[in-house]
Amino acid sequence: MEFVQTAINTLADPKFLLPIALLMLIISLRTPAFWSTKGGLVALSLILAFFAVSMLNPNFRKIVTKPDNVPIVMLIFLVGFFVWLAMHQGFENDRRTEQGLPSKEKEVTNDKVWVWPDLVYTEFISTVIFGAVMVIWSVFLKAPLEEPANPSLAPNPSKAPWYFLGLQEMLVYYDPWIAGVLLPGLIIVGLMATPFLDVNPKGNGYFTFKDRKYEITVFLFGFVILWVLLIILGTFLRGPNWNFFGPYEYWDPHYLIPLNNVNLSEFFYVKWLGTGLPSNWFLRELPGIILVILYLTVTPLVFARMWFKKFFLSMGAIRYQIMMFLLLCMFSLPIKMVLRWTFNLKYIVAIPEYFFNI
Amino acid sequence: MGKIKDFLDSFSGTQVWKSIVRHGIPRTDRNRALAVLSNVFLHLHPIKVRKSGIKLQYTWCMGGVTFFLFLLETFTGLLLMFYYRPTVEYAYVDIIDLAEQVPLGVMRELHRWGAHAMVISVMLHMFRVFMTGSYKPPREFNWGIGVVLLVLTFLLSFTGYLLPWDQLAMWAITVGSNMARATPMLGNEGPGSALLSIGDIRLVHAGDDARFFLLAGKVVGAGALLRFYVLHCVAIPIVAGTLMAVHFWRVRKDGGISGPL
Repeated sequence: MEFVQTAINTLADPKFLLPIALLMLIISLRTPAFWSTKGGLVALSLILAFFAVSMLNPNFRKIVTKPDNVPIVMLIFLVGFFVWLAMHQGFENDRRTEQGLPSKEKEVTNDKVWVWPDLVYTEFISTVIFGAVMVIWSVFLKAPLEEPANPSLAPNPSKAPWYFLGLQEMLVYYDPWIAGVLLPGLIIVGLMATPFLDVNPKGNGYFTFKDRKYEITVFLFGFVILWVLLIILGTFLRGPNWNFFGPYEYWDPHYLIPLNNVNLSEFFYVKWLGTGLPSNWFLRELPGIILVILYLTVTPLVFARMWFKKFFLSMGAIRYQIMMFLLLCMFSLPIKMVLRWTFNLKYIVAIPEYFFNI
Repeated sequence: MGKIKDFLDSFSGTQVWKSIVRHGIPRTDRNRALAVLSNVFLHLHPIKVRKSGIKLQYTWCMGGVTFFLFLLETFTGLLLMFYYRPTVEYAYVDIIDLAEQVPLGVMRELHRWGAHAMVISVMLHMFRVFMTGSYKPPREFNWGIGVVLLVLTFLLSFTGYLLPWDQLAMWAITVGSNMARATPMLGNEGPGSALLSIGDIRLVHAGDDARFFLLAGKVVGAGALLRFYVLHCVAIPIVAGTLMAVHFWRVRKDGGISGPL
C-alpha cells in the first residue's frame, strides 16, 4: 500500500503526468477497442476504484471534498465521459463508412420533426431535470465562505479561479506577459480562426475520427491535456508556494524546493564558450533570439517540405503559415516544460531590462 | 387521461385563452407551426428541425444546459441583489446574513454551483461542436460568437468570484488581475511599457496601467468591488444576453443544428 501510494505520488508529478497523459492519448486514439462500451466501462471502473480507495487517505479526502473542488471532480468524470462518447460515436461511424453504410446521423438526417412538440418538450423536460439537479446539489452542499478579505494576509497557495489554473500553471514556465496575456489571447484568436484554417470539407455534422484525424488529435491534445489536465493539476496537486504535492501528500507550507534555473545565455556563454556573459543585452541574448526566430520561421518550412506537404498544398501559404504559428505557440509550452525538467532551463531569451523574457 | 385532456381542451375555446395564444391546440400541423411562430420566446426556433439534430447523444444538450444555467444565474442573481451591498463595509456580512437570516436560503448555493456548472457545460458544448465539425461552413461566424460567449462566461464567473469578499475571493482576483500588469505596452511590468515615456516620466505606471483600469486602484479594494459588481450584474450579462440571441438566431439561419450534408 505504502509503495503504491509513493508510486502514484511520484507519477502525478507533472514531468511524469503530462508525458503519460500524452502517451495514453496517442495509444488510445490508435486503439478502437479503448472507445468501445466495454473499454469505457473498464476505464470508468478503474477511475471509480482509484477514487474509492484513495478516499481512505486523509490528505486525498481533504483536497477532493473541499466544496469548491467538488465541481472539478465532476469535471474529471464529465470530460472523461464526453470524450469517450464523442470518440465512441466517431469510431462507430467510421466502421459504418467502411461497410458502406451511412453515418448514424445521416440515416435520420432527412427526417424532419415538428419543433412543437418534439423539441419544445425535450427542452422542457431537460429544464425540469437540470433544475432538480441544481436544487438537490445546492441543498446538500453549502456554498463555502472563508474569513473576511484581508489585504495584508495572503493565503498560501493563492490560486486563481479554477478555470484559469491552466494559465496559472503556465506561469511556472513563462512570464506573466506570455502565460497571462499572449497565450490566452492566442487561444481565443486560434479558436476563432479554426473554421477558416480547417479546410477539410469532411466531418461536418457527424461524429468521426477517420475523416478528421489531424484536427481531432490536435484539439484533444489542447483541450484535454493542456486545458483540463492542467486545471486538475493546479487544483489538486499544487500546494503552498505552488509546489507540487502528490495526491496523498500533506500540503506542507515549509517544504522548499531549491530552484537553480539557468538561462540559455548562461548555458551558451558560460558553460559552452566559457567567456562569461557579454554586458550588452542584445549580444547576450542573440543565441536565444536566433533560436526563437528559427523556431517560428524554419519549422513551418521544414514541415511543409516533409510531413505537412498535404496541408500546405490544400491550405495555401497564408493559412498554412497562420496555422503553424498558432500550433508552434501551443507546442512551445510542452517544449518549454521538457526543457525545464531536463536542463533546468529558465528563459530562452531573458531581457529583464525590458520585462521581455521568453 | 382522456378526461383531463377534455378538461384542458375546454379552455381553448374561451375568450381569455384566445386572447393569449390566438391559435388552437397544437395538434394540427397548422397550429404546431403557429405555436412556434407566434410566440416571442419560441420564435428563435424553426418550425421543423432535423431529427438527427435534436438527438441527445448528438447534442448532449450542452448548449441548452448552458442557456438554462444562464437563466438560473440571472434569476438567483436578481434575488441575491436584494440582499447584497457591494461595499467593503457590508459585502461580507450580507453574505453571512444570506446564509443565516434568509428563510430557505439556497439562492447563493444555486448561484455558486450554477456558475461552476455553467463554466463546465459551456466548455463541453464547445467540445461537442468541435467534435462534430459543426464550426465548418456555413457556421464559421457562429463559432466565433460562441468563442466570445465562452470568454464572457469566464469573465462573468471571474467578476462574480470577488463579490463574497472573503479571503478566497480577494486573493483569487489578486492572482488573476496581476496578469493585467504584464500586458505588453499597457501594463507597468509588461514588455515595451518602458518605451512609453517622455524623458524620465513613465506614461504607463502602477497608477494608470491595465490593472489599475480593471481594479480602479493599485490593489483589490473598494473600487474593484464596485467595478466587478457592475460588470457582473449589468454590463457582461447585457452583452452576453445580446450575443446569445445572435448565437441562437444564427443557429437557425445557418441551417439549423448541424447534420451531415
